[in-house]
Order: sequence, then structure tokens, then C-alpha cells
Amino acid sequence: MRHSILSLALNALSGHRRWQPTWRDAAPKPAYDVVIIGGGGHGLATAHYLASRYGIANVAVVEKGWIGSGNAGRNTTIIRSNYLLPGNNHFYELSMKLWEGLEQELNYNAMVSQRGIVNLYHSDGQRDAYARRGNSMRLHGVDAELLDREQVRAMAPFLDFDNARFPIKGGLLQRRAGTARHDAVVWGYAHAASKRGVDIIQNCEVTGFLHDGGRIAGVETTRGTIRAAKVGMAVAGHSSRVAALAGFRLPIESHVLQAFVSEALKPLIPGVITFGAGHFYVSQSDKGGLVFGGDIDGYNSYAQRGNLPVIEDVAEGGMALMPMIGRLRLLRAWGGIMDMSMDGSPIIDASPVPGLYVNAGWCYGGFKAIPASGLCFAHLLARGEPHPTAAALRLDRFERGYLLDEKGQGAQPNLH
Amino acid sequence: MRLPCPFCGPRDSAEFAYLGDAAIARPDAAAPDAPRLFYEATYLRDNPAGPHREHWYHAAGCRQWLVVTRDTTSHEILAAAFARQP
Ligand SMILES: Cc1cc2nc3c(=O)[nH]c(=O)nc-3n(C[C@H](O)[C@H](O)[C@H](O)COP(=O)(O)OP(=O)(O)OC[C@H]3O[C@@H](n4cnc5c(N)ncnc54)[C@H](O)[C@@H]3O)c2cc1C
Ligand SMILES: [Zn+2]
Repeated sequence: MRHSILSLALNALSGHRRWQPTWRDAAPKPAYDVVIIGGGGHGLATAHYLASRYGIANVAVVEKGWIGSGNAGRNTTIIRSNYLLPGNNHFYELSMKLWEGLEQELNYNAMVSQRGIVNLYHSDGQRDAYARRGNSMRLHGVDAELLDREQVRAMAPFLDFDNARFPIKGGLLQRRAGTARHDAVVWGYAHAASKRGVDIIQNCEVTGFLHDGGRIAGVETTRGTIRAAKVGMAVAGHSSRVAALAGFRLPIESHVLQAFVSEALKPLIPGVITFGAGHFYVSQSDKGGLVFGGDIDGYNSYAQRGNLPVIEDVAEGGMALMPMIGRLRLLRAWGGIMDMSMDGSPIIDASPVPGLYVNAGWCYGGFKAIPASGLCFAHLLARGEPHPTAAALRLDRFERGYLLDEKGQGAQPNLH
Repeated sequence: MRLPCPFCGPRDSAEFAYLGDAAIARPDAAAPDAPRLFYEATYLRDNPAGPHREHWYHAAGCRQWLVVTRDTTSHEILAAAFARQP
């Protein structure tokens, strides 16, 4: 069905009882041109762009649980393109531009809200670093504004500007950044891909690969064998496990990141605010809850739940920034398993095994990347060569020494 | 999560610093394929779901490096020993 004001009005008049499912829950066929493993944002976006931009619609997305049950449904929904390094910078800006036209393209309300993000700085050195980042962004055509203390105060008067250890001296603002409704992004891409003929197959876990003379020829799943000319993996925190099924290793560790939601408040926080002196970031959902998070727990994990020291650390960061939240009750906390790559940047490339392609290593910034990742991965699968905007995200960069290390931390995933 | 330090006893994981996979050994720099071996040791990881032998440093305790065997799917600690022990 197409969504419009008319369809909304008609459904409202009939008590919202006649809405049709927005995408088809398909059963596996014996063979496809392309099988994509993982029904998260990246997998579904890839299928959508394969069908809509590259004319390949004989595609299946296979998901071991239900679509959006991974990180696509458990992140803090921040979208931005305030990256320093060329390579990252271009890529995330392509994503930002795609977000800006996403709802029209998908005919689905993903509640993209460009409320702005401000990264606070607390020292002269940090201001210089943010000025450099802002300049790098502007040189690449991305919007950035360096704010002083009074400009930040006008936006967010409730912050603790005179904190004894970390006084707020200003911030780097990207006005086009913001948030999007994460489940709606998943459903929107599913809706658009399914309409073009893509099969979305749930409760279908990939357990092995079919080989044909050294090439990947399909996948073994819990719902039978599916043959495919090409297979793409977009399995977020499980990339190492799927790569192991195909017989290779990746420059990746899996780590847990926690997030939190408070009880609902009246509108308070204008956009996204990040604490520059520690790791804490916060925004306010449309229902009024504060949505926030901080560091990863810091050790390999597939447990999908975190531990208390990080909860305490995040709460301390929040209290340092806005002491008033000490009176607030926390409603929920949860964890998601992410690929942490060895340089903190993602990988979109062919794998060492012909016929299998890798989309991985999104660390904790992969939600904002969904549109560009889908487009570039679709390009790679369709054409067999990298999309120009994802040329820096090759797998061999680790071996050749062309790392994309935004933080300059080296090969230590828990520090990125 | 608490780690059973063989010297200090069970301690909060916040006292420790994490280094990662304990199976990684420094390659022989004189080996003919040393560049490839160093690349693999620096960047590639098994990253298993299940038991994982890993290095933890008891920074806020006895300052020993430990090899801890931990199940990455449950956070359960299966063993802990000083890193120098065979
Ligand atoms: C707490 C938290 C907060 C975050 N906040 C942000 C943020 O504010 N902004 C931002 O940009 N990013 C954020 N991220 C990161 C972002 O959520 C991820 O990088 C991104 O969602 C990963 O891509 P995905 O959506 O495709 O992954 P997922 O939704 O996890 O998709 C992968 C899918 O693959 C499936 N799968 C795995 N193995 C198999 C198999 N063998 N067979 C079949 N299917 C399989 C999984 O079930 C899963 O559904 C956050 C992450 C977390 C955990
Ligand atoms: Zn000790």
C-alpha cells in the first residue's frame, strides 16, 4: 500500500483497524541472484538500493530472528556527519543527504528530525581540536559551527557551565544532525524493498555456506539451502562468527554497548548534546524520555547485556553535565553487541572468499550510516567494485597501512 | 562482573584493564613472511562466542597480568591464572 494523507484519514475514520502489513513475510525460494545475511538496517537498505538503483530485485534478506531485533532496534538513534577524516567524512555526509530524502524515497515516515548535535568542549586544546574538525567538515561541504560558551548557554541553559573540573567553554554544532525513529527505518526499508519484490525471510539463521569450485554458491540455513550467485553479510556484532563459517578471520572484536531511557519529561533538550570531557551523550525522545549512553563495557562480549561499572560511569557523566537529572528515574537499560573494528571504522568490501561480500565493523556509529552503507554495499554487490564514496573502507587497508583511525587509538578496539 | 584474581581474590572488574585475546604471540621478526605475520597478530582476531582466553591487568590491585578464561556469551569466568605461569 502507498501511504498518504488520504490513506491516513481513511484509516483514522475506520478506527485504524484496516492497516495492511507494510511488507511481505516471505518463505525462502531455492535460489536468488543475491542473498543478504542480516535483516537489520544495513541488510534491508542494501536490498532496497539493489532493487531501486541497480535493478536487481531477485534478492532475499535472511534474518535469524525478526527484522530489527539486532542493533537496528536497540541504538540511541543519532544521525550526524561530523567526522574528521577524509574517507569517513565523505561517506557519512552521503548518508546524511540520503537521510534528508529518505521518507519521500521510501514512502514511509521514519521521523527524521534534524534537531542538531552539539559536542561540548571544556579546554583550549579541545576547542582547537573541534575547530580543526569543523574546518575539515566545512572543507568537505558539511555544515559546522564553532560556538562559544554564551552561544551554548542560549541553546541549553540547564548545563553546568561552571563545573569545577570541566567548565563548558563552548561546542561544535552540526545543525543538520539529529535523530530518526530506528524501528521505522527498518520497517521503511523493508516496506520499500518488499514492494520491489525482495523476499524478507525471518527466523532463518545462516549456519553454513555452499561452495562451488572455491566460490560461495549459497547459504545453509535453519530453513533449508538457498543458492545464490552472490552473498552479502551485514550481521553487525556477529560478523566474526559468520566469517568463521566461511573460513576467514576479520580485524574485529565484538563488544557490548549499553543505553538508557529515563521517565518522560516535558520538552527540555533541544537536540543531541555530548559531553566532551567524558563519554556521555543525550537526546530526548518524542515521548519525552531522555535517551542516553556512554562508553562500551570494554571486553569481548556476545552476552547482549552489560555490567554495572559502565552504568555508574555513564550516570556520573550525566550528573557532571546536568546535575538536575539526579532526581530522574531510569526506566530501562539494555545492551547491544557491536563489531568493534581495529581502527574504529567500518568495512565494505569483497571478502577473501569469492562470491562473499562483507559489510561490517560499524562500531557504535552504524545507525547513521544505514543509508550510505546500503547504497555502497548494493553498488559493490551489483558491480563487483567499490562505490567511489566507500573506497577508503576496504578490508585490505589494515595490511597496507591505510587505517581510518578517527581517534588515533591504534589496534585496540575497546579504546575506539 | 567479578574476576577471581589468584593473588587478591574476587574483585570488581572495574579494578582491571583489558588487553584482549591472550593467544596472540609476537611473531618472529626474522621470519621470511614477517610482514604478513605481524599484520595477522596486530589486526586479525578469532573473536569467539564462548570460552575466550584473555589478558586482564589488575591495575588497582596486585598489578599482575592475568590470563582469564571467560565465556563471552554469559560473562561466566571459567579460570584465572597469572600470565607468567605455564
Ligand atoms: C546501545 C547502542 C547505541 C547505539 N547508538 C547509535 C547511535 O546513536 N547512532 C549510530 O549511528 N549508531 C548507534 N549504534 C550503532 C548501530 O546501532 C549499529 O552500528 C547498527 O545498527 C548496525 O547495523 P544493523 O542495523 O544492520 O545491525 P543489526 O540490526 O544488528 O542487524 C544485523 C542482523 O543480523 C542478524 N544475524 C546475525 N547473524 C545471523 C545469521 N547467522 N543468520 C541470519 N541473520 C543473522 C541479526 O539477528 C541482526 O538482526 C548503537 C549501538 C548500540 C548497541
Ligand atoms: Zn590481584
